[in-house]
Amino acid sequence: MAIELERPPGTPAPVQPRRPAVELERVGRVFAGAEGPVAALREITLSVGTGELMAVVGPSGCGKTTLLELICALQEPDSGRARSAPAALMPQHDLLLPWMDAVENAALALRIAGVPRGEARARAGALFGELGLDGFQRARPQELSGGMRQRIAFLRTLLSGKPVLCLDEPFGALDAITRAEMQEWLAGALAAEPRTVILVTHDVEEAILLGDRVAVLSPRPGRVLEEIEITLARPRRRTDPAVQALRERVLERLAEGAV
Amino acid sequence: MSRPLARIWPALALTVLLLGAWELYVDLSGLESAVLPAPHEVANALWNGGGVLWRNFAVTAEEVVLGLAIALAAGLALASLIHLSPLARRAIYPLAVGSQAVPIPVIGVLLVFWWGFGILPKLVVIALICFFPVLVTTVDGLGAVDPDQLKLLRTLDASRWQAFRLAELPAALPAALSGARIALTVGVIGAFIAEVATPTTGPYPGLGRQIMTDINFQTPRAYAGTAILFAFALACFHALGLVERKLAPWSIRPRGETP
Repeated sequence: MAIELERPPGTPAPVQPRRPAVELERVGRVFAGAEGPVAALREITLSVGTGELMAVVGPSGCGKTTLLELICALQEPDSGRARSAPAALMPQHDLLLPWMDAVENAALALRIAGVPRGEARARAGALFGELGLDGFQRARPQELSGGMRQRIAFLRTLLSGKPVLCLDEPFGALDAITRAEMQEWLAGALAAEPRTVILVTHDVEEAILLGDRVAVLSPRPGRVLEEIEITLARPRRRTDPAVQALRERVLERLAEGAV
Repeated sequence: MSRPLARIWPALALTVLLLGAWELYVDLSGLESAVLPAPHEVANALWNGGGVLWRNFAVTAEEVVLGLAIALAAGLALASLIHLSPLARRAIYPLAVGSQAVPIPVIGVLLVFWWGFGILPKLVVIALICFFPVLVTTVDGLGAVDPDQLKLLRTLDASRWQAFRLAELPAALPAALSGARIALTVGVIGAFIAEVATPTTGPYPGLGRQIMTDINFQTPRAYAGTAILFAFALACFHALGLVERKLAPWSIRPRGETP
């Protein structure tokens, strides 16, 4: 159920997506635990339109990562149906390969697709400027800051050319200031090159600042408690009272779900 | 104190101390030179018996370096095969372990029958002794790759071979090089065994043979030859450390000092 919120005057109504890029229908996933089976997800139904950014928030261990892996076809649902356009995963930890320099990491998908090394490096390297990474093309991952590493990991996901991007707490490991910068940067990057995005986070504010919709998950086994449509104009500011009101609302919903 | 000096003085001091104790022991106990030559006699033999020792050393050094190269190639190839194929693991691994128990002289005659009195049988013996540490460490290194990195590569549509080449092989490289260092230290004694087990017809049969001849009649020179092998093993160990710095710079820990 989507809840319409007051839209500031002059903002056009959001375009209704045509065919959804991602569709989950009553998806369940069960893992074998030490004391019998553990349900990670129960009856998740979620639909994400092409070009939409769906933020998913929920308490720790509610199966968010499992949800993304289902979308990326790294796992199969035990019940229900999961369908998605080709999806690339940006994992929680950047997972840059330490034996490759920054450009080569960013160009990983191109190399895998068979693009010759020189051309792949040139294409990835050309985007470094836009990411504020110019001059770091040849740096090794361990020489870079957390924020830089995340940007390279994002570039790697973007260059996979897949229409759906699954971002698993992309900024979770960053300090508050860097995180705010990265959120702004991501909003800009997606405005320039629209993709369908599923953004898993436990930062409610982040979900509201970036999302077209926010899905609130329950504690394990995760199910969708509520979907909230965010119609605030962009760029959104965290100090905006409307953002704060939505934040309260989502937090309340999370607290209710935890009971 | 300069850094290299700071690194080597403890070993130098210990060496001087041990040599002093050795000299003192021989003096006080009145042991014959044929049982235990004093260090000054060994130094004398090293200085005066130089020509023969160095020419034989050149033969042995060549055997060790080439034999080790073969062992590295064989160890890496077998480890890759074992890693990629469970069938190969079950078939090859037990035999590889068992091969280490084979007393080399048992097959010495056969090796000479096949390959004559040249360098080839020696290389086979050294490789047989040295491939094993490389094999074991590489198999473990290949298996220890971060499973999340493999998952990431899968979402980027990497084939099994690409995952192996881009992630598993580089991840295993530091372990393989550690195996190579172990191999190297057993490789020097392996060359000795090889020279004793498979005779040579040339004028310079190698330092191992030379030592075996000298031990009964020119004991100080046998010890001088041993000192050369001692120094050679140390030098090779260091050289391999430099190779690791070049090949796997990401794996160098700040405290990763070599002896």
